[in-house]
Amino acid sequence: MSGGTFVGMPAFPEAAHEAVGNTTLRANLRHATHTIRDKRARAVAELDDWAELREAGRRIKDHTLRHLDHYLMRLEESVVRAGGTVHWAADADEANRIVTALVKATGESEVVKVKSMATQEIGLNEALEAEGIHAYETDLAELIVQLGHDRPSHILVPAIHRNRGEIRDIFAKEMADWGRPAPEGLTDSPAELAEAARLHLREKFLRAKVGISGANFMVAETGTLVVVESEGNGRMCLTLPETLISVVGIEKTIPTWRDLEVFLQTLPRSSTAERMNPYTSMWTGTTDAATADGPSTFHLVLLDNGRTDTLADEVGRQALRCIRCSACLNVCPVYERAGGHAYGSVYPGPIGAILSPQLRGTRSEIDASLPYASSLCGACYEVCPVAIDIPEVLVHLRERVVQGGEATRQGVKVTLKPAKGHAAERAAMRAAGLAFARPGALRAGQRIASRTRRFHPRMLPGPGRAWSATRDLPKVPAEPFRDWWQRTRGDRSGGTTEGNDA
Amino acid sequence: MRVALFLTCVNDTLYPDTGRAVVKLLTRLGVEVDFPMAQTCCGQAHYNTGYRHQAEPLARHFSDVFGSDAYDAIVTPSGSCGAMVRELYPRMGERARAEGRGEGLARTLAPVVPKTYELTEFLVDVLGVTDVGAYYPHKVTYHPTCHGLRSLGLGERPTRLLRAVEGLELVELPGAEECCGFGGTFAVKNSDVSAAMGTDKVRNAESTGADVLCAADNSCLMHIAGTATRLRTAVRPVHIAEILASTEEEPLS
Repeated sequence: MSGGTFVGMPAFPEAAHEAVGNTTLRANLRHATHTIRDKRARAVAELDDWAELREAGRRIKDHTLRHLDHYLMRLEESVVRAGGTVHWAADADEANRIVTALVKATGESEVVKVKSMATQEIGLNEALEAEGIHAYETDLAELIVQLGHDRPSHILVPAIHRNRGEIRDIFAKEMADWGRPAPEGLTDSPAELAEAARLHLREKFLRAKVGISGANFMVAETGTLVVVESEGNGRMCLTLPETLISVVGIEKTIPTWRDLEVFLQTLPRSSTAERMNPYTSMWTGTTDAATADGPSTFHLVLLDNGRTDTLADEVGRQALRCIRCSACLNVCPVYERAGGHAYGSVYPGPIGAILSPQLRGTRSEIDASLPYASSLCGACYEVCPVAIDIPEVLVHLRERVVQGGEATRQGVKVTLKPAKGHAAERAAMRAAGLAFARPGALRAGQRIASRTRRFHPRMLPGPGRAWSATRDLPKVPAEPFRDWWQRTRGDRSGGTTEGNDA
Repeated sequence: MRVALFLTCVNDTLYPDTGRAVVKLLTRLGVEVDFPMAQTCCGQAHYNTGYRHQAEPLARHFSDVFGSDAYDAIVTPSGSCGAMVRELYPRMGERARAEGRGEGLARTLAPVVPKTYELTEFLVDVLGVTDVGAYYPHKVTYHPTCHGLRSLGLGERPTRLLRAVEGLELVELPGAEECCGFGGTFAVKNSDVSAAMGTDKVRNAESTGADVLCAADNSCLMHIAGTATRLRTAVRPVHIAEILASTEEEPLS
């Protein structure tokens, strides 16, 4: 994610430390995630065939990913046939160069944006700014983030970490610098805040000649792009400007219109807990300017940026099934306490913890720490509407971090070295492995622990300090179970097998 | 019925009372219990921390120790270690095969996988009992640990067993299905988040007015207990096996 705003982040535990201590943030997050979590559970429970829908979604995505080359070629043909132009971007820099050149060619110096994860992933706004082009976010939450000089912290609700009072202050202070100022005497009532944003944004919509979007789905058979949203700002960005540039990750492809049936049921219920999202916009190439609304020029930028490398990994590739619903964030106990910023990426929460280290590699401190940002409780897997086994991928990526191994980077097979800083742990694991391989050694260790139990410290040294800082250690018993067993039942026990080792 | 008790390294070393309770309970129900002395650790800590290759010899050792035909079942009082054998051993076999190491590991591990049961699962599904004749006059709240809940799908089994205990009043735990924050090495690697999760679990248990917080896994209970004493709360964490083993004649000490 070069060009993004998250470079140079500290590792997850340090980033989370601050969030855990911020009581306002924790209260905001707790309230928001618990509300949406409960609503989602009710919306999902309404469907008798949820399990089948989930399985269907998983299969469609897996099938498409397995034949992604084929479907991408079909998609390109369809888009071109409908009057659009297709560009291929291998990485963030290339995508940013393409989009910047396209905007410059229009002669415009401002663009309106519908909320898009892909353009945040590549840091498009910053790249445009460097070329003198202002990008205005039109999604309400994105607007709050942009006006607040902040970073998104949630996939669906990028400003989830802000409460109403904070939003009011941001609007009152910042709106005037970006366009229409906030009304005098603005309060923190949701209706007033929404109206202030509406007036501010309308001015932008009516003026802009260039729109930039992402897409939730791209239908290969027709070249149709689909955006699902709640506010209608997307619809405005997609129809009012003369030029529309859509930047979309290649994994968003689905084969046919019929496949949408599945996702248009599972996505809204999983994300906003609605039966159907308020706005579903679909566009296919360009429209005939004489007879219809819509852009007369349409560009599709197909973004790879690590996706093909991810696809090469047999275990990790399932992360590309993600439809960005954010159900995993809302149910995750770690996200709830650490907040989205701690993940150092536009993709926070459990999905971010497996997606970012695959798209970016595990070389940076933050990326190497993300696979550990989970207690492996499995709640994310349980709610995922496309059945991504997030805990499985987390463990797989942990293996890559501590032991290295085969991976694909920019299309080339490479052998990764283990990440730094795990030598002590590796040695401890090896020692424990050796002890556990020999029951006699385990028993000797237990006896030593039992005999010295009165001298055990309350505080542990080294990495164990993190445990004893907030929790008391259990007292070591006078006699481990196996000694009791042998003392009381030794005569008729399975003690025979120990003879090999003890 | 002859079962092998897979007590787990944590219980063996730190919680022998749980092991004694399982032996007492199963013996009372007419089951012959054996404790294979060569058992050590299922390898979960290695596996989940990213040391899959170091977990493999431990899994092989587990299969050597417990794979005997002499046992009708392998019973463990830990949802998490049970899930390691049932869910992750097959996966280890698959991965070894995908890496071109043949069928060896998969074949070695196969015999123990279907025979391994978490304790409450064994009681309800295999023995077909929900009333184990226990007596425990306390107000209890139950925390379903993540691996028991989601990997093994224990469902209502533990609470059905608890409801049948004479004198026991079961009260619902708010946010029961949320992780307590242990997560093995997570508790050390992300100790701030882990501690915050543990604190919320303890506060939720406290809010029920229960005097005992019960779970089917001592690893989670170790984290909860360590947090509870630090917070000076009155709620006492107890393993479900100890409650089910308790009788009027021989109450839990």
